[in-house]
Amino acid sequence: MKHPLFRPLAALAALLLIALFTIPGFFSITIRDGHLYGSLIDIVNRAAPLMLAALGMTLVIATRGIDISVGAVVALSGTVAAMLIGGGPDAQTPMVWALCAAMGAAALCGLWNGVLVATLGLQPIVATLILMVAGRGLAQLMTDGQIVTVYHEPFFFLGGGYFLGLPFSLSVVAIVFAAIALMMHKTALGLFIQAVGINPVAARLAGLKTAALIVFVYVFCGACAGLAGLMVSSNIKSADANNAGLMLELDAILAVTLGGTSLAGGKFSLVGSVIGALIIQTLTFTIYSLGVPPEVNMVVKAVVVFLVCLSQRSAS
Amino acid sequence: MIKSPYFTPFVTVALLLVMLGIGGAAYPGFLSVQVLFNLLIDNAFLLVLAIGMSFVILSGGIDLSVGSVLALATMISAWLLQVMHWPPLLVIATVLVLGACFGGAMGAMIHYFKLQPFIVTLAGMFLARGLCYLISINSITIDDPMYLAMSQAQLPVLGGFISPSALVALLMLAVAIWLAHFTAFGRGVYAIGGNEQSALMMGLPVARTKVLVYGFSGFCAALAGVLFSFYMLSGYGLHAQGTELDAIAAVVIGGTLLSGGYGYVAGALSGVLVLGTIQTLIAFDGTLSSWWTKIVIGALLFIFCVVQRLMAIGAARKT
Repeated sequence: MKHPLFRPLAALAALLLIALFTIPGFFSITIRDGHLYGSLIDIVNRAAPLMLAALGMTLVIATRGIDISVGAVVALSGTVAAMLIGGGPDAQTPMVWALCAAMGAAALCGLWNGVLVATLGLQPIVATLILMVAGRGLAQLMTDGQIVTVYHEPFFFLGGGYFLGLPFSLSVVAIVFAAIALMMHKTALGLFIQAVGINPVAARLAGLKTAALIVFVYVFCGACAGLAGLMVSSNIKSADANNAGLMLELDAILAVTLGGTSLAGGKFSLVGSVIGALIIQTLTFTIYSLGVPPEVNMVVKAVVVFLVCLSQRSAS
Repeated sequence: MIKSPYFTPFVTVALLLVMLGIGGAAYPGFLSVQVLFNLLIDNAFLLVLAIGMSFVILSGGIDLSVGSVLALATMISAWLLQVMHWPPLLVIATVLVLGACFGGAMGAMIHYFKLQPFIVTLAGMFLARGLCYLISINSITIDDPMYLAMSQAQLPVLGGFISPSALVALLMLAVAIWLAHFTAFGRGVYAIGGNEQSALMMGLPVARTKVLVYGFSGFCAALAGVLFSFYMLSGYGLHAQGTELDAIAAVVIGGTLLSGGYGYVAGALSGVLVLGTIQTLIAFDGTLSSWWTKIVIGALLFIFCVVQRLMAIGAARKT
């Protein structure tokens, strides 16, 4: 009961249990053409961009920040990649460069947010609001408001390919998760980030380079969002500057909160955020499969947030 | 001059005048009385939203639900009018009460359970949007005679005309200025925004004020919904998506600090007019696309936040 991951895991288990009794064949996984197929695989695959965004958001929230520009960065990075690759079967720019450019743009967005928060001392929500409004505008400017379709085959691998029988996007999430978990738990970085979140002034007086740490978490969050954007646009084989990643920031924040990380900063749980993302996606999947109108999803989500907030309140 | 609390609002008004001047110089007919009135007519609902948001932000909170509550208000109005055939005045009264209750409930959650305003109003945002779709997934057209009359009425003023909605918005602004600067409630809001702990120790009714602030914001959002349904003559769950951010942007551009306790409710008007002027300028130009609006609003937000921040740093050094 006392373990911090108990509540999120219990919530996920409860959801899976509901799905088990209401959706026939929910847990069945079959092998076709050497790939695994099934509802569970589908859920994890679709949750991949959200998991990435939530991982980035976790560190930002751990420093008492918040990044509401995630959705705009998703749109921006997908657009940059799609524009550089172009509409032909052969890439206009070598794909590696296009991907690097997109990731660079995303990291630059993160840097911008980080600098505004760390050096100017703007409130995180305002600082990232600027990019949230302008970022999508920039993406739309690049594509002229049109959807850019990509026909370059290798680009589809990131969001639609398979690796070891599992969707490739999962491997990407696993790599990012492993890298960041190692950095957080095997080096002092995780402790530093928590220190900044618990008391920024004390952390600075204790000799931590708080500004650099804050810039780092925003750049990391931007990069995660950029990777999520590449995944989304590769999955739908196009870049939609108008709708890609719309409201993703809110889902990411929700995932982090569901995972037990407090918005007040300090202690954070990367595993929790991944579980949070899975909860959201399982919820969506279950609601769709039950034949309930998908729009009702929002009401359910709202109720879940209230319950989780209240349970966290009673836990602390 | 820079130290005066009037400085940021002054900058906003100066910026507004400069933008209007540029528009007048670049496009013939831009500086007509009617174009200026149209700014008010087209943004009446945003002004009402921004007024409610001002109070919330002044108290140190934030309300992300206003856009969704606006949509829910249009949806409930349309449903009550078209399906239940209620009389229009009763519909409007019901919607306003519901909006205030919705906001008040969020305020109570925030205060009594000590939850973050951001996450509670985020949940409120999902809830209100979801409730819209529970009523209907499609748009409901309103053909009530009173709503039609309100949408077409033109009140002649100074050689032009304004809509009843614009008048309602201006009245609301007057009421809000009175509430903020001439009542105990208003002073309580500023005190809580300045320092909630101190406000509590001074014996101010913190709980009541916070619930009322969110209730007022919910009321404003519902009123904005009524005005919006006059404007669009329909109820739809997709109405006004992302308007909460426009409202926050208007309040920030109007010179209110997001940390709370500092700013003027009247700033909401200048903020809304600046946003409206950007849109009008882009519409007059005709070659610029709508996304330029977003980029310019982003840039303006940036400039305003930086100026405010530098001022705050300067003030801290002086003392």
